[in-house]
Amino acid sequence: MTLSILLVVSAALFCIGLLAALSRRHAIFILIGIEMMLAAANINFIAFWRFAPQPAQPTGVMVAIFAIAIAAAEAAVGLAMVIAVYRHFRSTNVDQLDRLKG
Amino acid sequence: MSTVAFAAIAILTLAAALAAATLQKLMHAALSFAVMFVGISAFFFLLGAEFVGLVQIFVYIGAVAVLIVFTILLTRDDVGKVRSFNWGGVIVAIAVFAGLVWAIAKTKSLPPALPQIEPVTVQRIGELLMTNYVWPLQCVGVLLTAALIGALILVMEEKT
Repeated sequence: MTLSILLVVSAALFCIGLLAALSRRHAIFILIGIEMMLAAANINFIAFWRFAPQPAQPTGVMVAIFAIAIAAAEAAVGLAMVIAVYRHFRSTNVDQLDRLKG
Repeated sequence: MSTVAFAAIAILTLAAALAAATLQKLMHAALSFAVMFVGISAFFFLLGAEFVGLVQIFVYIGAVAVLIVFTILLTRDDVGKVRSFNWGGVIVAIAVFAGLVWAIAKTKSLPPALPQIEPVTVQRIGELLMTNYVWPLQCVGVLLTAALIGALILVMEEKT
């Protein structure tokens, strides 16, 4: 296990998240994709912290903990928005949410 | 650090992620999403960040995955009928992946071997959170409260 292999795995995870966020039409899939991308970023934080020469503080670990907390807040608000949109439009297909289209 | 364990975890994580991104049934995708987070937590355990792995399991599998399942059940509609799939996204994702792999392969200064580190204990993390990281901790607390209130207001029934 080297750092480059770990970075390639996390890049693959990021791109699968990007694929889910860009190509699916369901709002919940888009949220799942965004969560995947955030998790890939967390893997990078931990990997760089683990392979770097030891700093005085475990900064990578702390950043990962804060990133997880912020991702949880983002998921809660995003899913609440999905429910609110479903109440208005009776659909969660993002292609149908085009009321602002000129 | 066994290579076999790393390969197994990587294959499990990537397969679950691919399933979560491409499965047609939304519920199956949500469950593969939970499996993917088990794999990511295993990465954290393998890298010596046990606390982050545990937090990941608690927060993502315990809370976010359950929240997603609840949302799927609350917004159940014509999911099966919508079959449109945007192939442009596949091309963009492959292009981004190729670019990232190219950048990683070109970087020469990546350290090849694992250095010896002292394990990060929960006590050390707690001390740091209460001393050096106390302001970020308070900000995250305010953010979580605001997100909770905002989510409640978003889903409250509108009185007309």
